[in-house]
Amino acid sequence: MRRVIRNWHSLAASLLAVAALTHLPLTLPDATGPSGHGMMIAAGIVVTTLLLQAFEASGPALRGTILFLGAHLCALALILNLAGNEGKMSAAFFILVAASWLLAWASASEFSRQEPRQKSLKAFLRLLIPAIFGAWILILWEVVTRGFGVPFILLPPPSAIGIRIAGSLAILWADVQQTIFKAVFAGYVIGCTSGFVVAILADRVDFLRRGLMPIGNLMSALPIIGVAPIMVMWFGFDWQSKAAVVTVMTFFPMLVNTVAGLSATGTMERDLMRTYASDYSQTLTKLRLPAAMPFIFNALKINSTLALIGAIVAEFFGTPIVGMGFRMSTEIGRMNVDMVWAEIATAAVAGSLFYGLIALAERAVTFWHPSSR
Amino acid sequence: MQMSKKISTATAKPYSVVSAQNLGLTFDTNDGPVHALSHVDLDIAKGDFVSFIGPSGCGKTTFLRVIADLEQPTSGTISVNGMTPEEARKARSYGYVFQAAALYPWRTIEKNIALPLEIMNYSTSERQERIARVLDLVNLSGFGKKYPWQLSGGMQQRASIARALAFDADLLLMDEPFGALDEIVRDHLNEQLLDLWSRTQKTICFVTHSIPEAVYLSTKIVVMSPRPGRVTDVIHSTLPKERPLEIRETPEFLEIAHRVREGLRAGHGYEE
Repeated sequence: MRRVIRNWHSLAASLLAVAALTHLPLTLPDATGPSGHGMMIAAGIVVTTLLLQAFEASGPALRGTILFLGAHLCALALILNLAGNEGKMSAAFFILVAASWLLAWASASEFSRQEPRQKSLKAFLRLLIPAIFGAWILILWEVVTRGFGVPFILLPPPSAIGIRIAGSLAILWADVQQTIFKAVFAGYVIGCTSGFVVAILADRVDFLRRGLMPIGNLMSALPIIGVAPIMVMWFGFDWQSKAAVVTVMTFFPMLVNTVAGLSATGTMERDLMRTYASDYSQTLTKLRLPAAMPFIFNALKINSTLALIGAIVAEFFGTPIVGMGFRMSTEIGRMNVDMVWAEIATAAVAGSLFYGLIALAERAVTFWHPSSR
Repeated sequence: MQMSKKISTATAKPYSVVSAQNLGLTFDTNDGPVHALSHVDLDIAKGDFVSFIGPSGCGKTTFLRVIADLEQPTSGTISVNGMTPEEARKARSYGYVFQAAALYPWRTIEKNIALPLEIMNYSTSERQERIARVLDLVNLSGFGKKYPWQLSGGMQQRASIARALAFDADLLLMDEPFGALDEIVRDHLNEQLLDLWSRTQKTICFVTHSIPEAVYLSTKIVVMSPRPGRVTDVIHSTLPKERPLEIRETPEFLEIAHRVREGLRAGHGYEE
């Protein structure tokens, strides 16, 4: 019984494969393309299941690999069958997709059961499992959009987006340079630095704390849609106005978090500094700033995503003919949805990289914090 | 006020490390004033090991904090090393050990001990030399590169004592330093502390609420009672300077312990 429970994904996949046999071929009668090798794919799923039974006693690594290969070879074969048959796929096709998805699910759960001792293997697994997840989002997206013939304008298949990205690398690179390397970085650095400096001042000077914090609050409530066109008026069409928007957006999270972080030290730690007759700047650099680091990095992480959003949205309100936001707003008007998606994908990758870099720096700086040690 | 402080500074006997006359401290709270200390007269001579014992709320920690200039008295006078507490603090004339180790988690043990030395501008070579010396003094040699959270509670507290010993203060203020540790570790650390005291010749003020600990360690036991916090008895220990752990079973030890207990009971009497 336990064996059945443990293998339910692959057993269900085999049942589905057998069910699919009764609905063959893979395409509807009016399809124009070749109708493919449904029998072979179904057989592939059953063979994978049988192999799994044969290797019942072996470790999760081998079982996971068998499932991984089975699932993805079948998925690849299914996707190849789509060519020329968009929107004309039969029930058998979708049943087989479901079956190979079950196998991939099983492989991910086998892999996550494994606990390797080697560090490199651990790191590999940590990447592999989310990679299987991500790959299947793309596979299902591809299969659904092309299998059901979803109109391109509503949702292009990921393959079309990929081709578009590969074909417009120069444009995308120019946009990334304009939006991220100029607007986002400049605004992020200015916003975070000024938020930090003002926080230190507000902490030191009482009237600033009472006067500035409410104004900072007000700034954070400013609608970006309203601020962006005004910044374009003030700072012109080029990246400077976008950097200004990013500055406004990132200033407040940094201010609030740093002020909170500076008061995060315990009375005992501060009394200790007092017994050493430590002066203000010594207490600040040796106790309060290190203790505030987890808060400051929180702000840096929040701001990394806010900055990207701010710069892209700000470009909707006037910009030279380059930039990610500009590209999105014009290409959607020309119905080039794949280009919009290409920009979205680029922004997502760039944003994740930015966030990841800050997270790495955070782990290096706040290694001592209970949440990371 | 300024006048009386000056006079007290001038009249303090030269060998007194801490000298308090008619000291009082009242906290203003929402429930009315709380008399944390009232009419405290006390002299602590150089080289003394003084324990402050009493139930919670008797002002023993407050008195220690007044010596350290972490609280300001509201009446009376106190001098530390012949100075006001503030001057003494600015002259870095005492080391303070808190109830918890209060080590900074982003610094290794070495760097934690270096903290007061950095603040007081000791040279790098001098720092190295002192860190090695105090780590050896508290039996932590070889743990300098560890982070505080990698050590046990007893080791952390020893590191915090090392930190208080690293600079040249001949007064050591200890506020229930072993309160959070278990009996066995505590016995061990008490022994080490006595050894350290006899080697360094420091004056130690030690707050505790354990009678055996107070009797075992001290040359002088100050018994305090609460509401208002005041000194009810000062007991001079007749135990020899050399004290093995077994001394705690001798009649002499038990007699002093008995007197401390009596003192505590007398201070408590009217309440129960």
